[in-house]
Amino acid sequence: MLSGLMPPELWRLIVIVLQIVAIVLPLLVAVAYLTYAERKVIGAIQLRKGPNVVGPFGLLQPLADGAKLFLKETIFPSGANKAVFVIAPMLTFILALIAWAVIPFDQGWVVADINVGVLYLFAISSLGVYGIIMSGWASNSKYAFLGGMRSAAQMVSYEVSMGLVIISVLITVGSLNLSDIVLKQKETVWFILPHFPMFIIFVVSILAETNRAPFDLAESESELVAGYNVEYSAMTFALFFLGEYANMILMSAMTTVLFLGGWLPPMDIAPFNWIPGIIWFALKICAVLFIFLWVRATFPRYRYDQLMRLGWKIFLPFSLFWVVLTSGVLVAFGWLPGQG
Amino acid sequence: MIAALIFYMFAGLAVASGVMVISARNPVHSVLFLILCFFNAAGLFLLLGAEFLAMVLVVVYVGAVAVMFLFVVMMLDINFLRLREGVAQYLPTGAVIGLVLLVELAVMFGGWAFAPDVEALLAAPMPAASEMTNTEALGRLIYTKYVYLFQASGVVLLVAMVGAILLTHRSRTGVRKQKIYDQVGRTAANSVEIRKVSTGGGI
Repeated sequence: MLSGLMPPELWRLIVIVLQIVAIVLPLLVAVAYLTYAERKVIGAIQLRKGPNVVGPFGLLQPLADGAKLFLKETIFPSGANKAVFVIAPMLTFILALIAWAVIPFDQGWVVADINVGVLYLFAISSLGVYGIIMSGWASNSKYAFLGGMRSAAQMVSYEVSMGLVIISVLITVGSLNLSDIVLKQKETVWFILPHFPMFIIFVVSILAETNRAPFDLAESESELVAGYNVEYSAMTFALFFLGEYANMILMSAMTTVLFLGGWLPPMDIAPFNWIPGIIWFALKICAVLFIFLWVRATFPRYRYDQLMRLGWKIFLPFSLFWVVLTSGVLVAFGWLPGQG
Repeated sequence: MIAALIFYMFAGLAVASGVMVISARNPVHSVLFLILCFFNAAGLFLLLGAEFLAMVLVVVYVGAVAVMFLFVVMMLDINFLRLREGVAQYLPTGAVIGLVLLVELAVMFGGWAFAPDVEALLAAPMPAASEMTNTEALGRLIYTKYVYLFQASGVVLLVAMVGAILLTHRSRTGVRKQKIYDQVGRTAANSVEIRKVSTGGGI
């Protein structure tokens, strides 16, 4: 009806823009309430109350924080490289948002159902390091620079084992499309069961990839003040902050799609499959996010050499071994997809 | 029409950022422009329908190689003024080398022709392009017809990696390293001892 009035390209463009808004707005709300959840959960673990002053149960706290950051002054250090200094937080935030284009929220609920979805996600998450390294360099500050350098080495190292973990899953599925990965888990089982060790490695790697505790060496307060974002203030800082939390949600979504069956209910029987898939998807993301917060409140920070040892000497050989084992098992039992 | 516009956007940006790579004064900016150039090349691949190559270009070159470039360039202690001191001195040599390269390129383009069987291959690509995605098609070719070449390039990379490690590795003495196995193997029995200490006597 309405689509008849406009040229089809324009109509498609409008639909895509609306889809993007429909993803970005809930995502930003989710990010805001993730910071609230983090403070509440860690508060509960440490026998404190957490934020409870602004609004009922402190529910308006994230809005108050946002307003505060928005009204503050953006300060440029005099020795900073202005252009790169401004681009870095924008880059972090944009990268955290564009990756959502390929995430399937439910059957067919995806903005871009591309054939190389997993590679796209992997490419975007490997770009996240630029925001950090650029901000570290452009700040022209020793603390920021050290934080940026550490984080660059850390993220590049953990990407290797993440890639191998993803490869094990991909061999099992036989497709790089994220919806196909979930549908394959509908036919068989959630990949957390056959690939359980890989699930553990993946969860630890996404902690390292998002620079979260216990691998938050990029911003370890005790030695680097605040690491790469030490010179940032107001909205430029807020963009880093939003980017970091949006990345956490993205990585949780990736874990959900790869290992926890995406939008699928735990069992395809009456009370479970009444609930729409997107609710299951959100619940699973929340479960993985809870692991993020739980880990942060539980473990002390890793030392840098221990972090590198874990990535290169334990995760990399083990995930490589698992790729070989997975392909061996698939070939031996004739389960290899695309062979039939 | 739109595809052509997007092509010119990517191509123009790729060329412009390529020019900026060699003309930017700050080496870090050069690397950043190089990354922009990679991105536009990935965009061109996408327009060609080679989505796998586009993603791999971003993952490998932008996500790993360029990070290392940036890492090294940032660590270098460069004095920008001293870097440009000898420009006039090196200019003739550089110009001659550039000219030789240009002539070589011209010669190559002059004598360039498609291999005779290219037409036939393009007309009937071996895994038919309509039947499978290009990731699958690439996989089928690489792991069957070109498996020896593929393995050989893997070995070349391995040799390069081992060589790089061998050249840069030096074992330092006197470094206190954590021996994880020793540490995990420690028990209360062999590390803690309870003694009765007499008052004023010490151990």
